[in-house]
Amino acid sequence: MPSEKKNTFDARALRTSATFPDHVLAEIHRAADQGVYEIRGFGAKRQIPTFDDLLFLGASMSRYPLEGYRELCETDVIIGDRFAKKPLNLKIPITIAGMSFGALGANAKESIGLAATAMGTSTTTGDGGMTDEERLSSETLIYQVLPSRYGLNPDDVRRANALEVVVGQGAKPGGGGMLLGQKITERVAGMRDLPVGIDQRSACRHPDWTGPDDLEIKIQELREITDWSIPILIKIGATRVKYDVALAVKAGADAIVLDGMQGGTAATQDVFIEHVGIPTLPAVRQAVNTLIELDMHRKVQLIVSGGIRSGADTAKALALGADAVSIGSAAMVALGCNRPVYHDDYTALGTAPGCCHHCHTGRCPVGITTQDPKLEARLRPEQGSRWLKNYLATMVLELQTLARACGKSHVLNLEPEDMVALTVEAAAMAQVPLAGTGWIPGKLD
Amino acid sequence: MVLQMRFDLATHSLREINQTLHHIDRRPGETFVIEHPKGTHSVAVGLTEPIEVTIEGHVGYYCAGMNKNASIHIIGNAGPGLAENMMSGRIFVDGNASQYAGASGHGGLLVIKGNTSSRCGISMKGIDIVVGGSIGHFGAFMAQTGRLVVCEDAGGNLGDSIYEAQIYVRGEIDGLGSDCVEKEMRPEHKTELLELLERACLSVPIDDFRRYGSARNLYNFKIDNADAI
Repeated sequence: MPSEKKNTFDARALRTSATFPDHVLAEIHRAADQGVYEIRGFGAKRQIPTFDDLLFLGASMSRYPLEGYRELCETDVIIGDRFAKKPLNLKIPITIAGMSFGALGANAKESIGLAATAMGTSTTTGDGGMTDEERLSSETLIYQVLPSRYGLNPDDVRRANALEVVVGQGAKPGGGGMLLGQKITERVAGMRDLPVGIDQRSACRHPDWTGPDDLEIKIQELREITDWSIPILIKIGATRVKYDVALAVKAGADAIVLDGMQGGTAATQDVFIEHVGIPTLPAVRQAVNTLIELDMHRKVQLIVSGGIRSGADTAKALALGADAVSIGSAAMVALGCNRPVYHDDYTALGTAPGCCHHCHTGRCPVGITTQDPKLEARLRPEQGSRWLKNYLATMVLELQTLARACGKSHVLNLEPEDMVALTVEAAAMAQVPLAGTGWIPGKLD
Repeated sequence: MVLQMRFDLATHSLREINQTLHHIDRRPGETFVIEHPKGTHSVAVGLTEPIEVTIEGHVGYYCAGMNKNASIHIIGNAGPGLAENMMSGRIFVDGNASQYAGASGHGGLLVIKGNTSSRCGISMKGIDIVVGGSIGHFGAFMAQTGRLVVCEDAGGNLGDSIYEAQIYVRGEIDGLGSDCVEKEMRPEHKTELLELLERACLSVPIDDFRRYGSARNLYNFKIDNADAI
């Protein structure tokens, strides 16, 4: 009988803890060193129910499809025709979310403006005001009215195509913006009336209204200032969606931007990103249900953001009842975010392509979220705009492919009945049947 | 001959009046009067021309909001958000004003001869605000730049999280907010204060005023480096 060789290690001794996995251990060690919460960019990294948990039912015996690449499948959408004399006429139902100059460099903003203009859609300013560059590059520009009011002025209000009153953001509902000192350069500080190099922590509440009744009057003021010409949107982070949507309608919004917890940020506390808000999937359904109950569906348009990455995500959001989607992080990825280049610079940040969330440092290896001229030069607007335009075009083709497969001649004709869910959770949240059954959790037959 | 255009909010809609004031083809020396505002919101908002407007009565929310260049005189009291995000020009209120007066104002002069409520000068960004009476709590909250002068008392949490704005108070203060401290009143500050009071047409002795501003302790996160020990 051969003698048994004794193991040199005991597998039990090398068992890692499910409660304390590597990233949790590392965070506790970092907190013990620094004594302050982790601040980072990008969006939630945890696993949550997403649009990936839904599937389309293509046409079959009961419905017939449209020919891909041949038959017309329209994509245009009107945003903001409830009260505004000049609503937005977008050629595609995919808009670019608010991202500030400051969080992003000038080349990134210009790239986004050029691409959006080429595709016939809108871009949005961010916390810090409007730059001439983005106004020039964006044919349709939405101007955010944020709690900080950094850079807000009546001249830019009047040269905007729409206003967006930001109440909340998916990455940090209940929190204000943040921009760390390394990104508060002279130009950024000047636009925001702040000292150079401070760690900017923006207000989380608006300075001149405190509730939905006040907001209604505030919106009336903005309409008077703009002679009731341009749409006024309200952006909310997805939390108490049913109530927030109803109050936004009451406050007089032309359209609502609903940002789920996957929505990105240039900088905020990790604890905020991962632990506040609800996913985009259930948020859309709640918002649409509320609009239908108020007889405001399609009258107050719903733009959904937070984790939208593809034409499939877009199609699913529209099928649930949204009028359009908005992309932020995905647009940055199209511009090169986390692209496997400049490896040494990722390493210097302590990260690697695919994992980078270091927008807050201002040391973006691919030149997007930086004010450093050398890094910024890595993103040329002519190339960045081409990348983003191609990505948007691809999303639209994917969206049309799915819509045609479901027999729709307009992408807004997609409906919940075109979909099923892969998981019980997604079925409950989206209120579509679990695949292969007629069962919608929480709904009686 | 004095040219004066009169609007009556009892017979004209707010929309008509604001629209006219936005696109005015002003004759030299012409002034404008708005009668019977009766607490209407958003009166004379978004003006951009260097015109003189007198409002005879009390106004509601956001009167003179985002004002640029115009001089607006309110013969009465003003509701919340008076002169919010004002860029330039002058706003005079004969009576009292409600909360958020001068919120986020970028420039110009706002004078309230009476008292004003909470959060006066919140988030101010270059505006000068002179209050003849007292202000409520959280005055100059997160104030960035500009000057706030209070001729009587100030409520609690004055100047909470203040940046580079200056606060002058003559009377009692019910407590300073985070990172707000009393600072030395040097001759240049007395000169600045005197000039502000003169522009506000307020005759108040300056000897009892005290100056407040930022301790600048909240400007950056405090990060330890325990691993280096």
